[in-house]
Amino acid sequence: MIELKQVSKVFNPGTPNENVAIRNLSLEVERGEFITVIGSNGSGKSTLFNLIGGTHQPTMGQIFAQGRDVTREPEYKRSRYIGRIFQDPLLGTAGNMSLEHNMMICSYKGMKQLKLNLNSRRRSYFRSQLAELQMGLEDRLKDNVGLLSGGQRQALTLLMMVLSRPELILLDEHTAALDPHNAERVMSLTTRFIEEHDLTTVMITHNMHQAIKYGTRLIMMDAGEIILDVSGKEKEELTVNGLVERFRRIRHQDLEDDELLLT
Amino acid sequence: MYGIMVLGVFITFRILNFPDLTVDGSFPLGAAVMASGIVAGWNPVIVIGLVFISGWLSGTITALIHNKLKVPNLLAGILTMTMLWSINIRVLGGRANLPLLRQTTMLTWVRSFTAEYVSSHAAVLGFFILIVIVIKLLIDLFFLTDLGMSLGALGNNEQMVINQGANTETLKIIGVSLSNALVAVSGAMMAQFQGFADVNLGQGIIIAGLASVMIGEFLMKSNRIWVLTTRVLLGSILYRALMYFGRYYGYYINLTPSDLKLITGVLIIILLIVTQLKKERSHYERAEAVRGEQDT
Repeated sequence: MIELKQVSKVFNPGTPNENVAIRNLSLEVERGEFITVIGSNGSGKSTLFNLIGGTHQPTMGQIFAQGRDVTREPEYKRSRYIGRIFQDPLLGTAGNMSLEHNMMICSYKGMKQLKLNLNSRRRSYFRSQLAELQMGLEDRLKDNVGLLSGGQRQALTLLMMVLSRPELILLDEHTAALDPHNAERVMSLTTRFIEEHDLTTVMITHNMHQAIKYGTRLIMMDAGEIILDVSGKEKEELTVNGLVERFRRIRHQDLEDDELLLT
Repeated sequence: MYGIMVLGVFITFRILNFPDLTVDGSFPLGAAVMASGIVAGWNPVIVIGLVFISGWLSGTITALIHNKLKVPNLLAGILTMTMLWSINIRVLGGRANLPLLRQTTMLTWVRSFTAEYVSSHAAVLGFFILIVIVIKLLIDLFFLTDLGMSLGALGNNEQMVINQGANTETLKIIGVSLSNALVAVSGAMMAQFQGFADVNLGQGIIIAGLASVMIGEFLMKSNRIWVLTTRVLLGSILYRALMYFGRYYGYYINLTPSDLKLITGVLIIILLIVTQLKKERSHYERAEAVRGEQDT
């Protein structure tokens, strides 16, 4: 699906502020996988997403999407097959436009056509999709999105992204800015959509419980490298304590010894 | 007649969130192209087409400077505006103004068609109103298309439009170009109405446009595009009325026409202050409402 080959990203190279955000990282995301990414602040999680999504281009290394080299492809082109949700619920929708206009913009990817596509059939389709969120949004098509709560906006963003049928979705702590109740709702919607549409997913989270509870594979990052990558049965048996223990051991040891720990 | 210009300014300033100073140059550009075309004896309808294209191109240049050279949008607009000043003089045939006396303009046609029914003033007024309404309706329609909607989203949330796989640079070019094309058409109408084109016609146009847009925003609130464009036009009329009063009655308090720009500036500042106060109050009210909800 997506493959990163020995990718590095250095910010401000050659200056006193030089910062190696990603260090010689390789990662392959298989179709149908649901990967959770965990790591402390500055470990390179968000930079990893920015590289996959095309916001930044790697300093070294290559990125492939379904075997095709997309290393230099601009963000807007990559967005045609990658769906992305940010922590800030305001980033996924246009606040001063109505719900139906927001959904219309997101109903197909790529350059928009000079066509009047919003008709009553579209509206009833939007309404039926919104009804599935069970948030009462189906009666508010003409309302501005800016009037919705953060949880509603994030749920809407999620729905609109799913409807555009992306091949890969990147979730960047998308429930972190919500209150616990809404975070719960958005997260359960997320898992439902992932199952229903068989979406390949990579999700960043700060919450170890979440990282363990969801997904088929877990990646831990530190200082721009993947220091732990577990999947399958090993992932299922993972506990928070076990993860903390591994985290501690890894951090106290030299990075060259990672492989020992993973066996 | 200024209404078309104000609609153009509205597109860049409010919808695209791109304060575009090119309009100070594209307004006289429209006037200059119109005047030269008419003096050369071309059909005014064809000349209006040329005016639209020339305005479109000047917007494209600004957007390209902004996109490709990563120049801030204000500076990109000033650059194009400055270059247009020289171009306008070229278009006018190496002079600063060009009279249209006894030339056949669109207004001559309008007057001759309607001479039997209404006075010439009423005919010209009706003609301008008709044109403004047609353009307004076309803009309304445009912003209901998928392309128009994504332009609307661009000024609101650029990241969202990128995430939809649309090239935001191309979208900006379309928006800024369309805006300047409208402004140029407005300049062309102005030249025909005044009976001459002048390179300095555009001075302060952007400020007049902004003032009109902002006055309009005080009249009503909505997220429907046809209401937005209507209020922009109403704002434009109100602004003109204010300027008219300033010109004719300011005399009693020792104001001269040269003070009008100062008045416009002060007017914009007052509008900004009131908007700020309103915003703070609504934030306060919202915070109160949230607190109320939590109490219950």
